[in-house]
This record gives sequence, C-alpha cells and structure tokens, in this order.
Amino acid sequence: MTDTTATAATQKLRFYQKGTFTVGNRLVPDTERSVQASIDRSNALTCGHRACQGCGEALGARYAMDVAMRATGGNLIAVNATGCLEVFTTPYPETSWQMPWLHSLFGNAAAVATGVAAAMRVKGRPEVRAIAQGGDGGTTDIGFGCLSGMFERNDDVLYICYDNEGYMNTGVQRSSATPPTARTATTPAMGPEPGNVFGTGKSVPKIAVAHGIPYVATATVADLHDLERKVTKAMGIHGARYIHIHVPCPLGWGSASYDTIRLARLAVECGLFPVFEAEHGAVTSSRKIRRPVPVSEYLKPQRRFAHLFKSEAGARNIAHLQAIADRNIAEYKLLEPMEEEG
Amino acid sequence: MKHPFAITLDSGSSLANLTGSWRTMRPVYVDRLPPCNHGCPAGENIQAWLYHAESGDYESAWRVLTQDNPLPAVMGRVCYHPCETACNRAKVDEAVGINSVERFLGDEAIKRGWKFTPPSAETGKRVLVVGAGPSGLSAAYHLRRMGHAVTIHDAGPAAGGMMRFGIPKYRLPRDVLDAEIKRILDLGVELKLNAKVDNILDTMKAGKFDAAFLAVGAHIGKRAFIPAGSASKVLDAVTMLRSMEGEDKPLLGRRVVVYGGGNTAIDAARTAKRMGATEAIIVYRRTRERMPAHDFEVEEALQEGIMMKWLSTIKKMDEGVLTVEKMALDDKGFPQPTGEFETLEADSLVLALGQDVDLSLLDGVPGLLIKDGTMQVASNMMTGHAGIFAGGDMVPSERTVTVGVGHGKKAARHIDAWLRGEVYAPAEKHELADFDKLNAWYYADAPKTVRPMLEGVRRQSTFEEVQGGLDETNALYEARRCLSCGNCFECDNCYGVCPDNAVIKLGPGNRFKFNYDYCKGCSLCATECPCGAIKMIPETV
Repeated sequence: MTDTTATAATQKLRFYQKGTFTVGNRLVPDTERSVQASIDRSNALTCGHRACQGCGEALGARYAMDVAMRATGGNLIAVNATGCLEVFTTPYPETSWQMPWLHSLFGNAAAVATGVAAAMRVKGRPEVRAIAQGGDGGTTDIGFGCLSGMFERNDDVLYICYDNEGYMNTGVQRSSATPPTARTATTPAMGPEPGNVFGTGKSVPKIAVAHGIPYVATATVADLHDLERKVTKAMGIHGARYIHIHVPCPLGWGSASYDTIRLARLAVECGLFPVFEAEHGAVTSSRKIRRPVPVSEYLKPQRRFAHLFKSEAGARNIAHLQAIADRNIAEYKLLEPMEEEG
Repeated sequence: MKHPFAITLDSGSSLANLTGSWRTMRPVYVDRLPPCNHGCPAGENIQAWLYHAESGDYESAWRVLTQDNPLPAVMGRVCYHPCETACNRAKVDEAVGINSVERFLGDEAIKRGWKFTPPSAETGKRVLVVGAGPSGLSAAYHLRRMGHAVTIHDAGPAAGGMMRFGIPKYRLPRDVLDAEIKRILDLGVELKLNAKVDNILDTMKAGKFDAAFLAVGAHIGKRAFIPAGSASKVLDAVTMLRSMEGEDKPLLGRRVVVYGGGNTAIDAARTAKRMGATEAIIVYRRTRERMPAHDFEVEEALQEGIMMKWLSTIKKMDEGVLTVEKMALDDKGFPQPTGEFETLEADSLVLALGQDVDLSLLDGVPGLLIKDGTMQVASNMMTGHAGIFAGGDMVPSERTVTVGVGHGKKAARHIDAWLRGEVYAPAEKHELADFDKLNAWYYADAPKTVRPMLEGVRRQSTFEEVQGGLDETNALYEARRCLSCGNCFECDNCYGVCPDNAVIKLGPGNRFKFNYDYCKGCSLCATECPCGAIKMIPETV
C-alpha cells in the first residue's frame, strides 16, 4: 500500500464536489461507499444501549465493529475490557451486541483475545478472527501489561482502544490518557496548578510502534472514511495490530452532546491528536490538517478546560498545550500539503 | 427455562430498552428554502434541478427547470443571476455557476429536441396575451400548460420582444431564441405577428377572450433636450438596437458617444464598437459605483475597449463636436454642475436614458391606474380592470428578462385561478437555509489547480457567443458543487453519525426517518447534517 496521505477514502468522488467527507454519497456506487452508509450494515452495537446522549465511544465502537464484521464476513469475536463500553452495552441480562462478544476482567482483554485466537486455531477455524477492545483505562493503565505481552508475542489480535481520556463510567477519574490541565474528579480545578498535571505524557500508539508490530494506527470518530480504511487494512493483516480511536465524552469532558464529532475534528485540526499509521515500527503516513485551528478552539467548548480561560496561569497552560500540539504537527508533518489526487 | 449456575434471568437484546424516553429535543427532517431559489425572480427551483443535473440526468433537470421557466437557453445567457449572488457556496470558495449549468441544460434540450408535455385536458377558456416578449411568452406557456387556449398578439415582425429587439446578438444568438420560442408555440399557442392591439377591450371582445395578460414592454426610448445642429446625428438606444435586427443597420460613424449609465447604454456602446466604431465612449453624469449597469457588463465593456467618461453631462451637439459639462457629486451623492466645459469629438450621439411604455392600447379602459408612466397592478398582477392582468417592463419592477418570466408565471397562476372563480394561494415559503444552517466542513474546497480552470470555464459562459458554454464534463462538475442548501441529498450523514442507531435509511430517493423509540435527542444528526435539513424541536411533555 503506497498511500502516503492516509486520506484516501473509500469513495473516489473527490474535491469540489459535494459529499467528499460525508458518510455516504448517492452519486457513487454502493461498493465505494462506507460501511456505515450501507442499509445492511451489521449494527454490531445496536439500539437500546445505555450510553449517554452523543456518546463518542458508542459511535466509534459501531463504526469499528461494523467495518470489521464486513472485512471478516462476520467471522469475528470481540473481547471487551471492563469500562463504559462494557457497562452500557451489557447491563444484565440485556446485550446490545449483535456479534459474539465476551467480557472477562478489566485488565486482561488482550490476553483473553489471544486465547480466543488460539482456540479458533486449535479448533481448525482460523478464519474466525479476534478483536480486543477497551477504553483508555483498560488499555493505557490497567490492561497495559497484557497489551504489551500480546504485542511482543505478535499474537493474531487487533486491539482497539476507544480513548475518552478518563475513567468515565465510575465518575470521571483521571487515567494516564487524561490530557494535562483537564479537570476530573481526581484532578480538581483548584490550587496553583489546577487540573491534571503536565507530567511526561504516555502515548500508547507510540509504545505500540516501539514494539515493531505489523500495524498501528490512530483515528477519530470525525473521519469515518479514514477509520474504516484503517480497520479494514488491519483485518487484512495477521499478527498484533493496534488502533487507537479518539472518542469525545460529553459527560466527562463537559461538552454538549451535539459537539462530539466537532470536538474530535478539532482535536485533529489543532494538532493535539495526531492521526497517523505505522507499520513494523515506522510511521508511514499521517492525515494532514485541513483547516488549522489554535488549541483554544478545541479546549473552549469543554468545561473540563474552563479554568484555563479564567486566569493568567490558564493562559500560560494554553500556551503549553499549544506547544505540545506544535510538536505533534512537526513530528507527524501534519501541515505539509496534501497530495492532490487526480 | 433451566439456567446455568448463578444465572437467574434469560438473556435478551437491549432493544427492549426504549431509550427514546430520555429525549427532551426531537430531530425532524425539514426542507428549507435554498438562497438561490429565494433569490430567483423567475421562481426557479434551482436546487431541485441541480439535484438531477448532478446525477447526470439532464432531461429530468431540464423538466424541473422548465416547470418555472420555459426559456433556459435564453436565461442561461442573459440573466443577471441573482441566484449566484445569493449562493452559500460563495462562503466556501466560489458561488456555483448556476447560470452556466442552466445554459448547458437549455442548449442540451435544443440539441436533443426535448419537447414540453402538452396539457392533458382543455379548459375551454381563452386568454389573450399582448406582447411576445419574455413575460408574454412565459404567461402563454404556463396558461397553455394549464389547458387554456392562448393567443399572443405582437406588434413586431417576430416574437421575442426586447430579447430580439433589445439584447444584442453577441449576448443572445437568435437561433437559440427562435428554438425556445418555437417550443412554446408547439404547445399549441397561437401567435399573431404585426398585430398591434389598438384597443384591448375591442380585441378581447372580437376574439371572445375570457382574460387578457398585457406585456407590451417599454420600447419608447426617453429623449432629453439637447440642442443639436441640423447635421448632427442623434438617436435613441432602443431604436438603434432594434434597427440592428432589420435590413438597414444604423450608420453611426467612427466616433460614437452613448449617453447614459444603464445596461442599455453598455449594449449600445458594445454594439457600436462591433459596427466598426473606432471610439465608443459612454458619458454618464455620475460615477462608476453609481452606475445602474451590472458590474460585470461594465467590466466586459471596458475589456472590449469601450471608454467611459464619468461625472459629465452633454450640453449640446454641433457637427462632429459635443459640449460636455463636468459634474461634481454633492454631499448627498447627487451630481451638480461645475461650470467647467470641454468638448468631445463625436459623429453620432446615442441616448440611453431609459424607456417608456406605450400605453395607448388601454385608452378608454375603465378602472386602470397609471403612475409614472407604468401600469399599476395588484399583488395578483391584475390591473384595476377585472380580467386584465399585466406584467413585465410595463409594470413597476426591475426591467430584466428574468423578472419578466417570473411575472408571466405569477400572472398565469392568478389568471388560471381567476378563470375558475378562485383565488390563487401560493404555497407557504419554507424557512431560509442561510449559511449558518449548514455544516460547511463536509464540502471540500477546490484544490489550487482546479480553481483557475473553473474560473476559465465560468467566464466562457458569461462571455460572448464566440466562445462556447460548458461541455458535459464541466457542467456535471459545476452542478455537483451545489451544496443542496436546506434539502436532503442523501449523504447518509445522519444515518452514520447516530450513536444510537436510531436513524432508518429508507433507500435511494426515499431519504430517512427517525426511530423515536431509541433516539436520545443528542442532536448530532442535526449538527452534522451538511445541508441543514434536520431541525431540533422541543419534545412535548
């Protein structure tokens, strides 16, 4: 695959025409449209789940699982870590999953998925693939050891992390994916350095790249075509794969339910969430910023960052966050011009 | 049922959990009024015909277009396209070239020989249309399609009115005009040429007409008193442009001065230049900013080498020489004489100072109201005399082909209702789909390489006929730039972005519906709808 822009969508209709970035487009053949545009998408995560209004994780999980179901012809088993996604989809005795799905513990989703893949191999059904999925808590904190082991052994599992930057269903506590200065229940907006500490940061996508596994990618719920392309690509590869999806959380972030997709878009456009792909330890492409914005535009609609806009210290912290974004932009070459496709 | 150890309930689907009860706001699909449609004096449903054009179904596009306007090939050339001025796409990159797509559709219809659908039944009513200009032809077309018998009387030797005797050929080739007129006549509209109506009531009585639509236009060039020597050549622009259609072309000489600042002045000057004048100068008493002519016409004239003399009035004309007084704008913006004079060499002087209406056919008709030389009509286009309607340049309005066509349509609807003893009630207008109703993120802008190409293509269509219009590829390309403001174009965004899977896709052409059993009212669909076709309304308790 020689795609260097990471923007090549499934649909060929491009530029200057309507519908380049929309979910579907009546002017292109069905086969070139996204899975989400299809009238018979599997709806792996169906109605009646108890996620909050405008939940980014519910959206991201359906996006990812529907396209993985299409890629595997429905031969798919999902293993879920404990977290919002598990809680809101499976309050006993109901389930929202219209696919084989199992939940074990908070921290062992990667290991259980490894076991599922091994079991399918032993049973002589290697076409049945395994996906592990979890939130940032189950991935970057609690399940981190199992995840690293799964990577290092190159087990045939796609691990998808839905990153909403905190422990949301237990009441919005900080995780190692919570951004600096964000207010959570455990990092209140008070004192000389309100909100979460700056720390050193912990990029699990980068850690995954460092394992040299066959495929690593980041994605957001604001760019469906990119997300679907990456999941499809991941399902075409055997071995350990990792996709990290940015999913805004209206409850934990203090944002409006209708802003979920806009915030995911702004996170990319400001540079705080770089969208890229890596293969076998090297970054191969990044999604270019289309309309650059300062980080304040992303921070402002979120109440967890409201304190930043009320003091001089806040202004300094915004500048600090901007510096982080600028570093991402330079590192992943996010502002280099997009290649114009014919 | 026997359950395994520690399990007491049957497992089931979350579909049993109707999360719609959480909702305080409800999304509903709406159709809003696109700004192009809102801005079109002919009332075209532009977004709707572009919708067909962008899928390559040009015939359907043309059929939707001609539901409102029977002259798309003409309009695609001469309309000042207020639709493009209103177009929301201008805020993304550049307005959609609606006018050039319209011209493409019009030309395509002529090329392919598409015909109008004749009326399915005759009403037995007879309507007289006086004047075969844009307004009269439009009214005749609409009335005929409603099943009425229509006869047009025109004083001239050919149909078209100002489209033939006012608009120069370089803007509107006559074969295009002839083709579109013929298609209207083919519907069964009777046309009587060289048939000036001297007395409307007599003509109506003689022809047993149940109603009449007057659209005689404004063909009398206004004169200003300018002392001129006997050898001086002074003529008015209307006469000059009309004589371009006859055998005897006007003799204007090498240096032609046109007096006036409207579109007619520009047409006269550009025509003079084409007739061989080495110098064509427009003299206008105010400044360019205050010129009534459309800016792009002024620009095109300047590019063709027409000269402009601002802030000047003509005092007198002697043989070969004009005396001009310089003007200065006062603080209210009105030109005031300065007492400074200069001379200008001129072989002829063309007056383009506006036009008057010949209202002589209405002598002796009771109930009419005439003000400032124009016929006053009510909101239903009816004059003070029952059954006589009027439109186009002879009623107070902006005098353009597009407005005329719009008048014709509007009058036809009211005449039709009046003939049935009813009152025509126009459908209620939808809320305007202005730019803040859209989510412009979803519309890609043109890459740098595409913009100049597009600009070039667009220019061809507004320029003179020596250059062609759009071809199929760029017409399709241009049509697909439409944002479909306020009207669903089935992009599947609502269906895709709902975290609750509460949007049901109904299949091609059938749009979507909400599943209110599960919709939690998060408004993501409405926010992410590119074209503003979803509205959130408070849930009633």
